[in-house]
Amino acid sequence: MVREIDPPTIQKDFLLAALAEGKRLDGRIPLEQRKVEYIFGEELGTVECRLGKTAVLAQVSASIVKPRDDRPYEGFLLINSEIGPMASSVYESGRSSDSEILITRLLEKSIRRTEAIDREALCILAGEKVWQLRLTLHFLSDSGNLLDCASMASMAALRHFRKPEVEVIGDEVIIHSPEERAPVPLAIHHTPLCLTFAYFENLPPILDPTHLETTLCSGTLTVTMNAQREICVLSKAGGTPLAAEEIMGVVTVGVERVREMVKGIEEALDTDKEGRVVEVR
Amino acid sequence: MSSTLVLPGDSIPLPSSSKSVILGPGIAASSSRIQAPHMGTTPTCISTRLGLLSSLKGKEKSEQVWVEGSSKRYIPAQKDMVLGTIIAKHAEGFRVDLGSAHMASLEGLAFEGATKRSKPNLKVGTLVYARVSLANRDMEPEIECFDPNTGKAEGFGELKGGLMLTCSLQLCRHLLNPNFPLLPALAASVPFEIAVGLNGRVWFKTETVSESIAVKRVIEGVDSGEIKAEKKDVENAVKEYLA
Repeated sequence: MVREIDPPTIQKDFLLAALAEGKRLDGRIPLEQRKVEYIFGEELGTVECRLGKTAVLAQVSASIVKPRDDRPYEGFLLINSEIGPMASSVYESGRSSDSEILITRLLEKSIRRTEAIDREALCILAGEKVWQLRLTLHFLSDSGNLLDCASMASMAALRHFRKPEVEVIGDEVIIHSPEERAPVPLAIHHTPLCLTFAYFENLPPILDPTHLETTLCSGTLTVTMNAQREICVLSKAGGTPLAAEEIMGVVTVGVERVREMVKGIEEALDTDKEGRVVEVR
Repeated sequence: MSSTLVLPGDSIPLPSSSKSVILGPGIAASSSRIQAPHMGTTPTCISTRLGLLSSLKGKEKSEQVWVEGSSKRYIPAQKDMVLGTIIAKHAEGFRVDLGSAHMASLEGLAFEGATKRSKPNLKVGTLVYARVSLANRDMEPEIECFDPNTGKAEGFGELKGGLMLTCSLQLCRHLLNPNFPLLPALAASVPFEIAVGLNGRVWFKTETVSESIAVKRVIEGVDSGEIKAEKKDVENAVKEYLA
């Protein structure tokens, strides 16, 4: 992997001086997130999420497959997330870096393992046919905090997606095309979202670190939470040790933020719904 | 100012009225004359990238011609002023990152007042303002931190304190144009020291942290097109960011 060139020392000196005054280089306050923007594609289940200059495109598609023998009632959710050189020149295609593996694993944990999607609702015919959902993430631009952006894009795409209506008569399965019958949304239990905090020595934590802040910080902490105040995943990979109160502090902040983020997704989905015709005419 | 769109490989009509023509970035003198046999031995110039063909009349009937395009990747060219980070030290000098495809080398003697015995001792991670002294397509670029004619620093050398930001190459070129209104408008509200590198990096230093952040946000806003580079818009933006 191409090693990234460290930023000049004056950048670090300035960043620390600014943080000591409670200011960040892009004019945010320490616990403020960058501006989030959702761009919905023409097809259902295609969402581009932008967090400042970071951009991730999520696409959901569905196909019908045979379930596993030991779990005949469960459908599948596959997550494809490969960071290519499009995001930043430090990522190489084909070879995954540490940060890339970390992002992929955390996404897997926070979306699949938290059972955000009701997998039993994906069953069409027990032991014979189930839906297989494929969530593909394209990392378009890396300006720091790819993970939070990817989790928002994924959840927005899953909530935006609709699978074709299926009818089961005896052993026969009829799939209705979207023109015939309106496609149905997925059964979603909750909306877990990731929040990344960066720590600097002797300074309060900051939310949503930019690329520069991530390179200079002494450690990051990612919590995945939902609007029901539940912690789904807490991940701290290396960095400086933290006291229990510090973690509790960011979790309380996170609860509020996640609520706002879920509200943001819902508002964006509603606006999109108004301009979209899904029902059968 | 003419504005014709040129594509890579297009031949560029050179103004015949001017005595001397200075070729800027995006234009290369082509040795190939196969395409235009009727032109005889007159050398042709072709563009090497997409953009608008621009020209500027200089003194003594000289004319500068270049291709104006928006790009972010810097290609070193001789006499360009650049900002680089020192990434390694070795016996003869330093290796410097300019944001281009290859590292540049900066000789230890290429400083004001440097002798074999007293070379400057710059640490890894230092930001330097320098001039490209050698840029060849197949060679590592070389930079220097003094004016070889006078032997004086002329503002080049280590930059202490302040903040560096990256922007498009186009904006850097504009910032060096005295008629571009952004810097005078900024200077009207915030006093600052600035060094513009043609490799898409700008260094500046102000009195306080909040002023630096405001300057950074304004320059980045102009680069992304959120703020217009007009005097009034810039002043309003500075006021808003300083508040």
